[in-house]
Amino acid sequence: MSAAMQNEGYNFAYLDEGTKRMIRRALLKAVAVPGCQIPFGSREMPLPYGWGTGGIQVTASIVGPEDVLKVIDQGADDTTNAVSIRRFFARVAPGLRTTERTVEASIIQTRHRIPETPLREGQVMVYQVPQPEPLYKLEPRRAETKRLHALADYGLMQVKLYEDIARHGRVGSSYDHPVMVGGRYLMAPSPIPSFDNPKMHMSPALQLFGAGRERRLYAVPPYTDVRSLDFEDHPFVPLRANGTCALCGARDTYLDEMVTDDRGGRLFVCSDTDHCGTKQAEAAA
Amino acid sequence: MSGLLPGFTDPVLDAQSAFRAVLEAMSRPGRIQRLQRPPAPPAPLSPASGAVLLTLADSGTPLFLDTGPDAEEWVRFHAGCPLVAEPAEAEFVLASALPPKLAALRAGTDEDPQTSATLILQVESLEEGAGWHLTGPGIEHAHRLRVAGAPQGFVAEWAANAVRFPRGVDVILCAGDTIAALPRSVSIREG
Repeated sequence: MSAAMQNEGYNFAYLDEGTKRMIRRALLKAVAVPGCQIPFGSREMPLPYGWGTGGIQVTASIVGPEDVLKVIDQGADDTTNAVSIRRFFARVAPGLRTTERTVEASIIQTRHRIPETPLREGQVMVYQVPQPEPLYKLEPRRAETKRLHALADYGLMQVKLYEDIARHGRVGSSYDHPVMVGGRYLMAPSPIPSFDNPKMHMSPALQLFGAGRERRLYAVPPYTDVRSLDFEDHPFVPLRANGTCALCGARDTYLDEMVTDDRGGRLFVCSDTDHCGTKQAEAAA
Repeated sequence: MSGLLPGFTDPVLDAQSAFRAVLEAMSRPGRIQRLQRPPAPPAPLSPASGAVLLTLADSGTPLFLDTGPDAEEWVRFHAGCPLVAEPAEAEFVLASALPPKLAALRAGTDEDPQTSATLILQVESLEEGAGWHLTGPGIEHAHRLRVAGAPQGFVAEWAANAVRFPRGVDVILCAGDTIAALPRSVSIREG
């Protein structure tokens, strides 16, 4: 009997083989057409849509017993969503190791952040995506946005960015800022802060995106051109709070603002817990 | 039926490991991946193309193959995929001899480029660091790949395939137990 059969009657990594094959075929097409949204038959998972079912199904279709899995939620390894997804895979994928260290991981499933530690070849990022259609807020009809992608007609988004600049003096999106992939497809980077957008450009790691409720997946192969949408006279500027991490002293990482009391006290800490912990340990040594 | 050869030793984990090799090959065009535990399919199917078929093909994917009755029986038994007589109707096309023209295969539409065919092409051997110059997504500077036994005029056909992006055929090259892939986004220059 294969090792995969030993887990309480569930297949290795929860999904049945037919579903995995369907997702695997979609993933290969997604890699072949970078940034293009590919429909897939999203399954009901043991947690509700909106909790990362797209990312979980992508991870379940690629993961093997030799992998090391890291799961982060807003940069943190120890938040509810990250802990429960990591525990889920530890239960349904016998042999799989989990980690909180970015450098050790072969697969990193993420909700809304890219780790501060630079990724390397051989790593796979799996993004949980709530809304895969970057044009959704401008054009809710799926049939219409499909045609716009087919024609590479992204004027709507350019007008939106222009209006942001006209009204606010700068581009208004601090997260989920749309990107052009390979100079062809407009893509939602998922709600990562715009601070993380530049990390997608020419990343050595393979990046896969899964949207469970919307039943779409897409991909950015390694070393692919990913440009945040902007204008020549208003270049894209990644946003970052102007502060210093209160724990590790970093000035170059993405920060969360924490309220510390009811008298207006607040401080900044790194959103990436692994990177911050590593920096603190280095400073202590 | 008496001579039917087995498929994957472990259908779940061997397919997973083979898929990761295919995914890695597709993500880094021109890099050669060696399959860890491929099956031993009937000739002329190679272990690599057998593994790719069992990993990706099933009852939902019409398959065209030119490898004769033994291979047909093996694929039908292990993958359960419908076999079609015309390459143009197939989602997967397996060619061991002269492949059909790329232009004759399903290329998808501009709105649904994922409905295109994948050509699994058996060649004599694959070698990195010489031969074709590949550029495109997945490649930092340039990858080189020598394909022994590539069909005549393939590079010209590929150029015609690439200009219709996002439509187009993707190719998985198989030799022995190794694979390399050519997604439609890659450009080939003869070196």
